[in-house]
Amino acid sequence: MSAVRRTVPGLLAWLAGTGFFLPIAWMALTSFHSETDAAANPPSFTAALTLEGYREFFGLSGGASPWPALINSTVASLASTLLVLLLALPAAYALSVNRVRKWTDVLFFFLSTKMLPVVAGLLPVYLFARDAGLLDNIWLLVVLYTSMNLPIAVWMMQSFLAEVPVAVIEAARVDGAPLPVVLTRVVAPIALPGIAATALICFIFSWNELLFARVLTGVVAETAPVFLTGFITSQGLFLAKVCAASLVISLPVLAAGFAAQDKLVQGLSLGAVK
Amino acid sequence: MTATTTAPTAAPPASAPGAPGTRLRAWATRAPLLPALVFMVVVTQLPFVATLVISFFDWNALYPDARRFTGLDNYRQVLTDADLRRSVGTTILLTATVVLVSLVLGLLLALLLDRRFKGRGLVRTLLIAPFLVVPVAAALLWKHVLYNPEYGLLNGLLSYVGGPQPDWISTTPLLAVEASLIWQWTPFMMLILLAGLQSRDPQQIEAARVDGAGDWQVFVHLTLPHLRRYLELGALLGSIHIVQNFDAVFTLTSGGLGTANLPYTVYQSFYQAHENGLASAAGVLVVLGSIVIATFALRVVSSLFREEVSRA
Repeated sequence: MSAVRRTVPGLLAWLAGTGFFLPIAWMALTSFHSETDAAANPPSFTAALTLEGYREFFGLSGGASPWPALINSTVASLASTLLVLLLALPAAYALSVNRVRKWTDVLFFFLSTKMLPVVAGLLPVYLFARDAGLLDNIWLLVVLYTSMNLPIAVWMMQSFLAEVPVAVIEAARVDGAPLPVVLTRVVAPIALPGIAATALICFIFSWNELLFARVLTGVVAETAPVFLTGFITSQGLFLAKVCAASLVISLPVLAAGFAAQDKLVQGLSLGAVK
Repeated sequence: MTATTTAPTAAPPASAPGAPGTRLRAWATRAPLLPALVFMVVVTQLPFVATLVISFFDWNALYPDARRFTGLDNYRQVLTDADLRRSVGTTILLTATVVLVSLVLGLLLALLLDRRFKGRGLVRTLLIAPFLVVPVAAALLWKHVLYNPEYGLLNGLLSYVGGPQPDWISTTPLLAVEASLIWQWTPFMMLILLAGLQSRDPQQIEAARVDGAGDWQVFVHLTLPHLRRYLELGALLGSIHIVQNFDAVFTLTSGGLGTANLPYTVYQSFYQAHENGLASAAGVLVVLGSIVIATFALRVVSSLFREEVSRA
């Protein structure tokens, strides 16, 4: 009985894990098949492996190159993450270490902006961008992605900074350390893992974003998810290419997410779950 | 609360205005907050105000000269529009189904993963993966690789056992969208609930067991009450994201076959139909709906948050 109780949950967990992963595994396998084998019915598990799908995706056999889209996504995600950190760090400091009055109200204001649906402001942003000549401009996305992630970042970082013991900060101040020294020598080392997690989550959300990018970019500033929408109506002839594209574009997020599983939970729950 | 004791420099008392030193210090405390605050107001609140204004105009982008003030006409039109009302229903159904099912599945998985077994770390990694696939890529995966009636994996596996070969997306469109979203969001729920499970007090469980409580009793009387806040948090964060879902609906069905939710409908009414006024009115209504969720959501978060603050 106790042996059953010990092994059954483990077996079930393995079964569930495999089940959830199966679509991704199948996508990976398909990406290494030739288009004919990929579209075979019934599915072939033993077909010869080839890099054809990847060659097609990277435009090596003609067709659109994904590089501009990948570079745009990288620029937009990295730049907005940097901007988020620049704005959120001082704000979080003012909300956790050196508390302003009514700091909880300010925190809730930030959270409430996250609950404002994107579609509610999309049209004016589009009209503004069109009139200002900013359509199809990657820097407009940088600003919008910053606004999308700033509330999350402020919440996360205030919870990470609040973990720095106030006594330590005050001791350093009493010893006459100026603010920049306190920040770099005392606060930063303790809060650094949290800051890294914040940056990671902002990067992931920016990398994944579709609606803004779809409406506000076209040719020049197209991002990777917008590039992927080109495959929405593809027929079976491009299955291996679709799989290769989906995997390559998901790779940065998959890698980052696997590397920081624990911090990811804490960040995604706005630091409320530890 | 620690705020009053730890921040002697902040918050000059309201009864003593004018002391230049304290006012200066108050500003010094506030200053680091201002860039973020101003940025958020400008980038998120101003466009919404503009949406509000546009929603009172009859304005088709193709006929910009015919733009005129129509009061609440757009709202009347939006509220009586059968398609739009259907998309409200779709949004509620989609969000509720996905959040509830992924919460229950996530709970079951979290309970399994809370136990020790060989390869637990690897299983956890396998389970998280769906959440880490770029949403458009995940939607493409379901549309082409799994659902396709001719070469999709689902029908491929069915054909081995001689099963039927349904065209999933056209026969059960909403279910097809929901299944793909549940696959993506279950890992997220699992992660949060697993963190909840692991923050239980082992001594309390030990004590209950000594008193003769069985697995089920421990689960109902100790685990579930402890998990309540984590369940609420998962439901709330999931709802915020799924109410706004665009990627799955856009990719899998392009809003066809009765799967158009509000974000997709708003997108379509200005991006394809160029009806700026109508789209704005619909957008404002989405916001009103979100405020209902948000009020509940903020209460959940603030109760979690108060706990956190009082513990600190």
